[in-house]
Amino acid sequence: MDIVIQNLTKTYGPQKAVDNISFTVKTGEVLGFLGPNGAGKTTTMKAITSYLIPDSGEITVGSYSVSKEPQMVKKSIGYLPEHNSLYPEMDVIDYLQFVAELQGIPSSKIPGRILEMVEICGLEGEKHKKINELSKGYRQRVGLAQALIHDPAVLILDEPTTGLDPNQIVEIRELIRKIGREKTVLLSSHILAEVEATCDRIMIINKGKIVADGTSSELRKHAQGKEIVKITIEDADSEQVIKKIQSLDTVEWIDPLDETNAYEVQSRPNMSSRRDIFRLCSKEGWIITEMTPIQTKLEDIFHELTMKK
Amino acid sequence: MNQLWIICRRELNSFFDSLMAYIMIIAFLGFSGFFTWLYLADIFFNNQASLQVFFSIAYWTLFFFIPALTMGLLAEENRSGTIELLLTKPVQDWQVIMGKFASTLILIVIALLLTLPYYITVANIGSIDHGAVISGYIGLILMSAAYISIGIFASSISNNQIVGFLLALFIGIIFHWIFGMISMTISGFFGELFHSLSTQAHFDSMSRGVIDIADILFFFSIIAIGLVGTASVMAKKHQ
Repeated sequence: MDIVIQNLTKTYGPQKAVDNISFTVKTGEVLGFLGPNGAGKTTTMKAITSYLIPDSGEITVGSYSVSKEPQMVKKSIGYLPEHNSLYPEMDVIDYLQFVAELQGIPSSKIPGRILEMVEICGLEGEKHKKINELSKGYRQRVGLAQALIHDPAVLILDEPTTGLDPNQIVEIRELIRKIGREKTVLLSSHILAEVEATCDRIMIINKGKIVADGTSSELRKHAQGKEIVKITIEDADSEQVIKKIQSLDTVEWIDPLDETNAYEVQSRPNMSSRRDIFRLCSKEGWIITEMTPIQTKLEDIFHELTMKK
Repeated sequence: MNQLWIICRRELNSFFDSLMAYIMIIAFLGFSGFFTWLYLADIFFNNQASLQVFFSIAYWTLFFFIPALTMGLLAEENRSGTIELLLTKPVQDWQVIMGKFASTLILIVIALLLTLPYYITVANIGSIDHGAVISGYIGLILMSAAYISIGIFASSISNNQIVGFLLALFIGIIFHWIFGMISMTISGFFGELFHSLSTQAHFDSMSRGVIDIADILFFFSIIAIGLVGTASVMAKKHQ
């Protein structure tokens, strides 16, 4: 089931939480929704689940329209909200039973589904505990279990790995990847490594607008084409170094770094300045002790896109 | 319909799991039993066997107990955020509201059923007007339903259970007592008007065995207004 969002806008008071965004998530795709806090990720997700009614715009999940057939949409979606709130006084099993019944799973199949969820989400030891006795990581697993119990075609996960320990994070990511092969998954995060590890496609959203959309390598390329190297030059006067390197044809800019004698040099688009720098240094008698190409990190792209303007 | 029942059952379980239900039932039976049998004890001095004392005690105990049961129904879901998980399931707002309404009403009916031994004992002491007892019980159930509806509305407004409790009592006391008081001090059209808005007036006639269409209409109007009010408060949360 594809999720299609067209011209979605949602305003809270004077602030546009989501500003006329459109995108599609295809079946079998894991889309990572990335953005700083307050960028509009959660609002968009809540609109897809029909919990929030948008000011304008149309959302369809499969062949169902969120505004016209919300009950059918809700049946097809498994949703893990950001603040994964569960009834504290309920047993894990009772809670899953309750959700399974609400989702309309035939009662003969419910025990089997619950067992399966307990196994997939690693809840074997806690299944008879009350939810308020569980640690945050286990509650998150119960949240995932309730989202998956009716085997939905679409999964919407709002920051699914918060509160998990590193081992659990790896497990949950693997689980999401596995699920993502046949389902449509939209997950949000502000952790870049997570999105990179789990998602086929990344969408960066800032101030309610989509600022980048593509695979992680596409996003990298977007910022690449400009080579950045870190160099350390000894036995030289740093003012001279900056002046002479800056005057090279292939160099766009040079910046001294905090470490002594270290600089960051960016080449002009589609050029490499490394040879020129070497020749210059040997001519001047400077000693190069380090020259390392710096790979553009997703962090930098994220930072650049979300801090601009 | 099915969803409504699933939600209702969960609420009922939660009433019993949290001991709320037991405390409420024991306190209700204790209070009404104490006043019916021991304290006023006019049951033995009246020449007629009746449950009038029980009904007037139940009239006040239920008034205080119902807001305690309803205060958390939606306020707690709003506060903890569980309402979001609930409403993103294939459930409609009205099913949630009606499920919660039904669960509380069932609990009250269970409490009232447990007072049937009072009725049976009194009926054995002397001749009793069975019609009056039945219509009195119907009156208690209708009144409870009306206050549950007000209580759910009060609970939907805020994230705070105490606000839910106090607001339910505040709205409740207006119908329960204040309108009746006002109607006694003024006469004419307004006196009639306030009289017809007073729970006391409607309940009294029912506990004496007179069921008028106006009584039924009164209670059902409050139930409807409370539930529709709750639905409109919930609809706002989707905005």
